[in-house]
Amino acid sequence: MSIDRQAGDAYWRANIRLVRTLLVIWALVSYGFGILFRPLLSGIPIGGTDLGFWFAQQGSILTFLILIFFYAIRMNQLDRQFGVDEE
Amino acid sequence: MDQQTLIYLVVGATFALYIGIAIWSRAGSTGEFYAAGRGVHPVANGMATAADWMSAASFISMAGLIAFAGYSASAFLMGWTGGYVLLALLLAPYLRKFGKFTVPEFIGERFYSQTARVVAVIALLVASITYVIGQMTGVGVTFSRFLEVNATVGLLIGAAIVFVYAVLGGMKGITYTQVAQYIVLITAYTIPAVFISLQLTGVAIPPLGLWAEHTDSGMPLLARLNEVITDLGFANYTEHQGSTLNMLLFTLSLMIGTAGLPHVIIRFFTVPRVADARWSAGWALVFIALLYLTAPAVAAMARLNLVDTVQMNPVGTPDQPTFIQYEDRPDWMRTWEVTGLVQWDDKNDDGRIQYYNEDNVEFARQAEERFGWAGNELTVNRDIMVLANPEIASLPNWVVAIVAAGGLAAALSTAAGLLLAISSAVSHDLIKGAINPRISERGELLAARVSMAGAIVLATYLGLNPPGFAAQTVALAFGLAASSIFPAIMMGIFVKRINNAGAVAGMLSGLIFTVVYIFVYKGWFFIPDTNMLEDTAEFWVFGISPLSIGAVGAALNFLVAYVVSNVTEAPPEEIQDLVESIRVPRATQAPGGDD
Repeated sequence: MSIDRQAGDAYWRANIRLVRTLLVIWALVSYGFGILFRPLLSGIPIGGTDLGFWFAQQGSILTFLILIFFYAIRMNQLDRQFGVDEE
Repeated sequence: MDQQTLIYLVVGATFALYIGIAIWSRAGSTGEFYAAGRGVHPVANGMATAADWMSAASFISMAGLIAFAGYSASAFLMGWTGGYVLLALLLAPYLRKFGKFTVPEFIGERFYSQTARVVAVIALLVASITYVIGQMTGVGVTFSRFLEVNATVGLLIGAAIVFVYAVLGGMKGITYTQVAQYIVLITAYTIPAVFISLQLTGVAIPPLGLWAEHTDSGMPLLARLNEVITDLGFANYTEHQGSTLNMLLFTLSLMIGTAGLPHVIIRFFTVPRVADARWSAGWALVFIALLYLTAPAVAAMARLNLVDTVQMNPVGTPDQPTFIQYEDRPDWMRTWEVTGLVQWDDKNDDGRIQYYNEDNVEFARQAEERFGWAGNELTVNRDIMVLANPEIASLPNWVVAIVAAGGLAAALSTAAGLLLAISSAVSHDLIKGAINPRISERGELLAARVSMAGAIVLATYLGLNPPGFAAQTVALAFGLAASSIFPAIMMGIFVKRINNAGAVAGMLSGLIFTVVYIFVYKGWFFIPDTNMLEDTAEFWVFGISPLSIGAVGAALNFLVAYVVSNVTEAPPEEIQDLVESIRVPRATQAPGGDD
């Protein structure tokens, strides 16, 4: 049981690390590039406006997609690595 | 074939399809009624989730919202998609592992508290009922706009269709009709968008057309749009208007609210495994993104089209009229005038359609002095931006028919998902959970069907007689989901130390704080003229609108729950084991103990 517990804890820590990293990116592209830091990106023109507008209207959505699929792939690997996957 | 007949045929065919699916997918057990027997493929669930999620508001109203607010409306785009990241990373896989049927059930068991479960049921019912009224009225409105039936008849027809497949099939019937409804709605949204994008930019993919060159002017589309609308005194489309703090909090409230809405969460109970729940969230966002990436393109293009329709020459061109004669207006304006969604009022009696921003005081003053304009004469409902698209782009009649079917599919699919969340909270949480725990499987299935029927009757009644709060979906439903449901579930999974007292105190303080803040500005229980402060930016605390307060309520919920839990007794051993077990995908109990 204690070995199980330890493996479980390590799995959970790896999960938390992954979630934390992905949520930082999640916040960065939407609240960051899309809203707060938009003035910093105003020098990068795209289609008659700036990169911040792209992030606010489309870029953040595309990034969200990548984040979710990356999470699914990585978690399924972690499940197997720590032997907690569903048979 | 004339337009009306064609619409009847297409809408009739989609309804026949939904009924056919209902007969094929009848539910034989509570497991099938609540969770489609947990046998839904992750891609199919993704599609069903997309239809479940994208409501009449997403389909009919969102592009129009963006068209008139520009950049500032990006909060809707980011908020209503970013919530899926939270759902996928923080909630869905764990709730699937928990393996029960409703959201209040999780909250009740994790916090070993009947009170917590009841608070969750109340939040769920208020949020879902507010939300479903909008869908029911959406069905009626779509019917009345496209078909020559009145809104009441339309609503009753829609309710009858939902009745058949939701009462017969529960989650199973709803899932497969939602898959069909998704295909109908995405087709209906995409076809006119492709043609409009081709006409304006020559680019066949609308999300890319947004960034392309406007064929007529040779300028980038968005630059052209900015030039044209600022020329008429409107605000710059791509610039930020209003408070940054409020936009941040509004986006955050929509994201947390999205992740906390029970009718979306329960969709993830239908897939076979934890891994499938993760994949399924990704697929859901793929199917949602197909519409959400197109919407900003439709918005900008429709806005430009609208101005180009009425404006002939730049403002102030010597000896040339600026706007078209009312008599020369295009057919689509004539058609939609009948519905009242387009209105013209010849304030200066010159027979032309002056369209400009009369709220821009300086511009309006100059326009009056130089050209004799007596005010803006054209009122356009924002829903026109989607509804009239096929006619604006001169597309054939069958496209109009598909858009009608698409609007109905969007409203019906969301209504069905909400009705299931409502009825399962009643039959599973209240009847089985609180009133009669020893009810038999057959008894509960019957109770589930009766609750579903009751929920449909209630929703239909409220759809026909919408109360004041019906229009407050974004404030009320998202505020409640964000401030009470999402934090409770998240802490239930991620913080073992949160106990029954902490969870209940947290949910109640988040919920009460949020609702009171909304009531102060929108009126107590939304009764007109009972608001204590005016609902405008200058009276909002730190400029935070009642629509954005859910995020603050969520923060309060987290804080109160954490503090109260730490000064009271830790949760018992078996609850800590329960948390351990939902954190790992592999079943720790005997095989089959999962359900």
